[in-house]
Amino acid sequence: MNNLKKTPLCAACEKAGGKMVDFHGWLLPVQFESILAEHKAVREAAGMFDVSHMGQVFVEGKDAWNFLQYVNTNQIKNAPGAGTYSHIVNEKGQIIDDAISFCLTPEKFLVVVNAACIDVDVAWFNKHAVGFDVRITDASAEWGMIALQGPKALQYASNLIEGVQEMPRFTIKEISLFGAPGYVTRTGYTGEDGVEIMASPEAIEKVWDALLSAGVKPCGLGARDVLRLEAGYLLNGVDADGSQTPYEAGCGWVVKLAKENFIGKAALQAQKEAGLTRRLTGFALTGAGVPRGGCKVFKDGAETGVLTSGTYSPLFKGIAVGYAEASLPEGCEVEIEVHGRKIPAKKVKTPFYKNRV
Amino acid sequence: MHTAENSKYAKTHEWAHMDGAVVTVGISDHAQQEIGDVVFVELPKVGQDVQAGQNCCVVESVKSASEIYAPVSGKVVEVNEALTSDPALVNREPHGNGWLFKIQSSAPAEYENLLDLSAYKETIK
Repeated sequence: MNNLKKTPLCAACEKAGGKMVDFHGWLLPVQFESILAEHKAVREAAGMFDVSHMGQVFVEGKDAWNFLQYVNTNQIKNAPGAGTYSHIVNEKGQIIDDAISFCLTPEKFLVVVNAACIDVDVAWFNKHAVGFDVRITDASAEWGMIALQGPKALQYASNLIEGVQEMPRFTIKEISLFGAPGYVTRTGYTGEDGVEIMASPEAIEKVWDALLSAGVKPCGLGARDVLRLEAGYLLNGVDADGSQTPYEAGCGWVVKLAKENFIGKAALQAQKEAGLTRRLTGFALTGAGVPRGGCKVFKDGAETGVLTSGTYSPLFKGIAVGYAEASLPEGCEVEIEVHGRKIPAKKVKTPFYKNRV
Repeated sequence: MHTAENSKYAKTHEWAHMDGAVVTVGISDHAQQEIGDVVFVELPKVGQDVQAGQNCCVVESVKSASEIYAPVSGKVVEVNEALTSDPALVNREPHGNGWLFKIQSSAPAEYENLLDLSAYKETIK
């Protein structure tokens, strides 16, 4: 594990009892005390995650907004402070990454991207920046990042960040943390209210220590995966492997065909008109067991799909998502094969967790 | 009653405790710590014949599924039904009430070939 990349919070995570694992080349905690205890903390109080591996890409220049409109499927908001979740797709409409673009000024945006996609995204942006007056800067290494999540997250955040409770969802604010510049966004990946805090490697350590002393529970990737699956959030690279479109991934709402032009528009328009054959679908086990990515889904004995993510949810027991025939009706009974045993399940609407955010 | 000290071990982290010709099987404290919160146990069927080393049970935690191998050959004569409603017993009492299943041993010599606690501890250092 010596060749793994370390975040600025790696030592702090190890000190807090984190069980460290290789996550896309990063040394990150999969859990601290227990995944179930961490899940409970986030659903009932507050938990924090080291998400410093995520990427920060700045897009600046006169055409910054026009450029982001072109490389994103969604309508990117250009009011200072506003953030927009969107997909970045190729000409075939296939998902490259999902990311949030935050407008700092009409000529400066911060795009927060998935860790495993930083290089791919930056290369893609640069390739398509020709003809636009933009400067693209990968600043990922300069920023540490903590996701502070849970019904009490804002309360804890307000001890460090003035005015955080007044921030609307999906907005960003420039702040000062322990004397260093930083950003706070009212976003997250858990289905709970909360914030994500970005600061220099030195300052982020101080934020972590302050939150830990205040009683915020450190949480790992294990709990994060259960929380995001309950909340119905896509995990790029797992629930979308590069071959699916936002429509197929159940994220049609991020595709704005009314926009004048963007990469993938023609392909997505055509798919929308033709209709879907497969779609990311939620399943809940009605029998006992734990579904996992890779498990096959059967309807009346015939294979109808394959799971991409599955887990045990303390709230909903066995839950999963996977690509299945788009024609499957809601509530339809299926079987999911786990360790050679077919377990009854049914198709359900996602999110499993009807979030408060 | 079986304890960590009076049990034998497989390198695959199962413990076995022989009482007469019946071998009780569970997973070691080390294994339950590695696996994390146990949320479901797929137990073998009573009456099922198993071979030493055969995968016959699955312990599911939130993050992973772990296959459990029979440490000795024989017939499964009892499974721990308490785990159906309380799988976390495997975490809380791995060497006691968190046992998994019992095998009527058909080859008692297999039991003798398992590791004792100190030899097992060497394997997990």
